[in-house]
Amino acid sequence: MSSRERILERIRKAQGRGGSKPSGAELEAVETYLRAHPRGTLPKVEADLVARFRARAEATQCTTEEVTAKAEVPAAVARYLKSSDLPLAGCVWPQLDDLDWKGAGLALEPRAANSQDAVGVTGAFAAIAETGTLMFASGPDTPAAVSLLPETHVAVVSARRIVAHMEEAWDLARAELGQLPRAINFVSGPSRTADIDQTIVLGAHGPYRVHIVLVRS
Amino acid sequence: MHFKARASAALADATLQANLRKFQSAGFTALRAKAVAEFGPELFEALRGEGAAIRDRSLESLDAWLDRFEAEAVRRGATVLFAETRAEACELLVEICRRHGVRKAIKSKSMLSEEAGVNEALAANGITPIETDLGEYILQLAGEPPSHIIAPALHKSKDEVADLFQAHHHAPRKDDIPRMTREAREVLRGHFLSADLGISGGNFLIAETGSGVIVTNEGNGRMVTTLPRVHVCITGIEKVLPTLEDFSTLLRLLTRSATGQAISNYVSLFTGPRGRQDRDGPEHMVFILVDAGRTHLVGGDMQEMLRCIRCGACMNHCPVYRAVGGHSYGWVYPGPMGSVLTPSYVGLANALDLPHAATLCGACSVACPVKIPLPELLRKLREKQVNRGLRPWREMAAVRLWSWTARRPRLYALATAIAVRLLRLLGGRDGMIAALPFGREWTRGRFFPAPKSGRTFRSLYASRPTPALRKP
Repeated sequence: MSSRERILERIRKAQGRGGSKPSGAELEAVETYLRAHPRGTLPKVEADLVARFRARAEATQCTTEEVTAKAEVPAAVARYLKSSDLPLAGCVWPQLDDLDWKGAGLALEPRAANSQDAVGVTGAFAAIAETGTLMFASGPDTPAAVSLLPETHVAVVSARRIVAHMEEAWDLARAELGQLPRAINFVSGPSRTADIDQTIVLGAHGPYRVHIVLVRS
Repeated sequence: MHFKARASAALADATLQANLRKFQSAGFTALRAKAVAEFGPELFEALRGEGAAIRDRSLESLDAWLDRFEAEAVRRGATVLFAETRAEACELLVEICRRHGVRKAIKSKSMLSEEAGVNEALAANGITPIETDLGEYILQLAGEPPSHIIAPALHKSKDEVADLFQAHHHAPRKDDIPRMTREAREVLRGHFLSADLGISGGNFLIAETGSGVIVTNEGNGRMVTTLPRVHVCITGIEKVLPTLEDFSTLLRLLTRSATGQAISNYVSLFTGPRGRQDRDGPEHMVFILVDAGRTHLVGGDMQEMLRCIRCGACMNHCPVYRAVGGHSYGWVYPGPMGSVLTPSYVGLANALDLPHAATLCGACSVACPVKIPLPELLRKLREKQVNRGLRPWREMAAVRLWSWTARRPRLYALATAIAVRLLRLLGGRDGMIAALPFGREWTRGRFFPAPKSGRTFRSLYASRPTPALRKP
């Protein structure tokens, strides 16, 4: 008998449910609940999702700006980097390679991140107004480490992808992705720690700063 | 050494007391209170009820949910292993290291790896474990266990950390916190990029999707689960949840209860290894699901303890923890949750004074996001100690003597009358006792007021003025 079997059998025995395996009815109850996946009580979120998202994202120490068309994004990113005296080179999600980064004076390579990259530019699968959170779904054209290894992370988010709660983001994931990708990362602000002297410091291991460019079109 | 001895040492340690005072004043309790007020106290109460119900649903058919989790995780390409004991968990991990030729392992916070002594097991097999949570890293340098489950190094002052960094980083001493953090970041970045294995804990397991979840602020958890070629998630079997929605509900409770954040900086769900086209992520993903005493709590009068989502709110609010710190509790889990878990996992007889390391004031159960009745559970453990004859003989003899006398009312009245008079004598002219017989510890820091009348409660009650009868 394996450890697995002994553990599962001990659980059943302790709960007086007999047998060594879940019964057909128990497994059916599990599947029924999974199909229903009921939501808990959701906190109220204002109707203006963009305003709420921006306010909350800024509360987690992100910076935000809005542009009116996707084509304006490279110039906006270049402006942000220059105004903060940051390097103009790094990596970008291959998904965003159709934008004219070079034209804006940026040397962004479409690939996964390495430790030399100073800047990482990503899109986002969705954004959550409740908490000002960015949601990333990993994939060949959306590598996970671009939002993690560089000291500066810029996220390009379409205003249409802002949902009220995480629960709506799960519905989007179910509808559009079918199943979860290898990694779903929720990011709310720059990396931080309070492990020395209970003093909050930004840039523990991940980015020191997160800038969000919202595209309203 | 037992809780009492360790707690006395902690109270006498001036540096520790100064660090704890900082924790008490700038601490998590105020941040939690603010977060709850902002969220809406009534809504938060409702959420606590829902959180408890979600955890109970998982626990009431734990084997079925584990079965579902395993099937989905395996379908997505992960390996799922079960360990009955802490030793077996270590064996499985070492075996994985051997199979994949692992020399260096980076770790994000995992309380279960603390339970199992994973670092020692790896080191004994020639594998270098590197803790990467800043607090855990500080403690690894110091060779100390964590003293809090969320802020593991809160017992260390800035100066102590600066000394440690100077000794281990071979760099000039820094005492500016951002620069110290930067130095640790640079040292650890090298490890992130060169390790063969990442070991993470798991805040939750989601049966619907076969995913593990970690909730962090620093981002080290993301490195550990993304960069090395093998990722092992080691966590307890009780961590399984049904759905993504259940997870979202518990997340709202967890971060607010832990640090007062509406959400932590990083919340990461990992599902299987990297896909064929993926440009990053581990090639192998393994879950090690550990029992190590949990099934002994299932189905019994302590099952509610398995709801715990490890937020630390109970210790943040505990007057005993706040005074003595985490190391006094002697094992991995401190505070009220530790006082219940430690005897349950290492044996009642091995943690005799832990169920008594509480005032039963109830602050922990009020703060608990999943409504674990911690004072009730502590009381049950105390009962079990008495029933198994595990209390010290003096205490047992005293209780027996009292109960023998109490069953003989006349003798009881005589004995108490004598005792009360003695107390009045001891109180002297000012009616205050400076050294109470059999209670010298109690009167070391305060006076005991002597009964001024010199009469017992029963005699006072018997001679009270009769209340006038009211006409119907």
